[in-house]
Amino acid sequence: MTALAEGSVLGPLQAGPVSRTVLALFAGASGDHNPIHIDTDAARAAGLQDVFAHGMLSMAYLGRLLTDHFPQRSIRDFQVRFTAITPVHAVVTCAGRVTGITETDGTPVASLELTATIDDGTVTVRGTAAVDLAENGGPHGKLTENGRNKR
Amino acid sequence: MPLPQSIIGHRSDPVTVTVERGRLSFFAGAIGERNPVYFDVAAARAAGHRDLPVPPTFLFGLALAGPGPFRWLADLGIDLRHVLHGAQGFRYHLLAHAGDRLTLRTTITGTYEKKGGAMQFIDRLTTVHRHDCAHIADLTATIVVRTPPAPAP
Repeated sequence: MTALAEGSVLGPLQAGPVSRTVLALFAGASGDHNPIHIDTDAARAAGLQDVFAHGMLSMAYLGRLLTDHFPQRSIRDFQVRFTAITPVHAVVTCAGRVTGITETDGTPVASLELTATIDDGTVTVRGTAAVDLAENGGPHGKLTENGRNKR
Repeated sequence: MPLPQSIIGHRSDPVTVTVERGRLSFFAGAIGERNPVYFDVAAARAAGHRDLPVPPTFLFGLALAGPGPFRWLADLGIDLRHVLHGAQGFRYHLLAHAGDRLTLRTTITGTYEKKGGAMQFIDRLTTVHRHDCAHIADLTATIVVRTPPAPAP
């Protein structure tokens, strides 16, 4: 595992474009069936021009960025604010940066800042995560480092 | 009309749901996940998991598994179409896996308004426990309710 330090960068991880198919599949898979994300008629009835992506889809992409770099059981905390909507067809770019590493009860914990940005430059999600670096040698960590294969 | 402070402490009916492998694979596909640990049981086991792990944000949707997941909004007189997701947080205690039976309990923890009442906020806390009472995670959500401008007279 590459040594992490303040300023270490995660990503970028690019996802999308967020098609209507992606929104339909995410609605079914996540359980969030709010029609504003999947039904253009409902979006127009609410005064919008079109459907827009679930904020949680972008948070899920940020989750992928985290689990691409850390074993999931080492992730202690993951917080975001949704700062702008993600329109249909947007490409989402996720990035992270280590803002500090502190010892908590003898355990090194990395603090990260996270962003999701769409192709017009709008930042749609800002967040933070805390990752327990003592957990990083676990089996999942080795797999995410070495065992990934492509579908 | 501001939401009454009396909604603080309101509890939704608990949701108990068994995490299904198929649903986790479906979720992995929908978010473009490429790490087979999240959709291939053999890969998950080879990585030391007892089954497919529940990915970091999946618990959010499990809270919507009950009947009428948005009914609590309607009960408050809020039109779902005026609702935005303002913020979401997860504090993780223990990793959950496919096959786990989880209970999610949601409580309204705060409400306030901004922009002279044009935007109202509702904070909710959802605790997640496994069937053996192990504490899996705590979720916090901020819901933003946009009050549409009054129609012209």
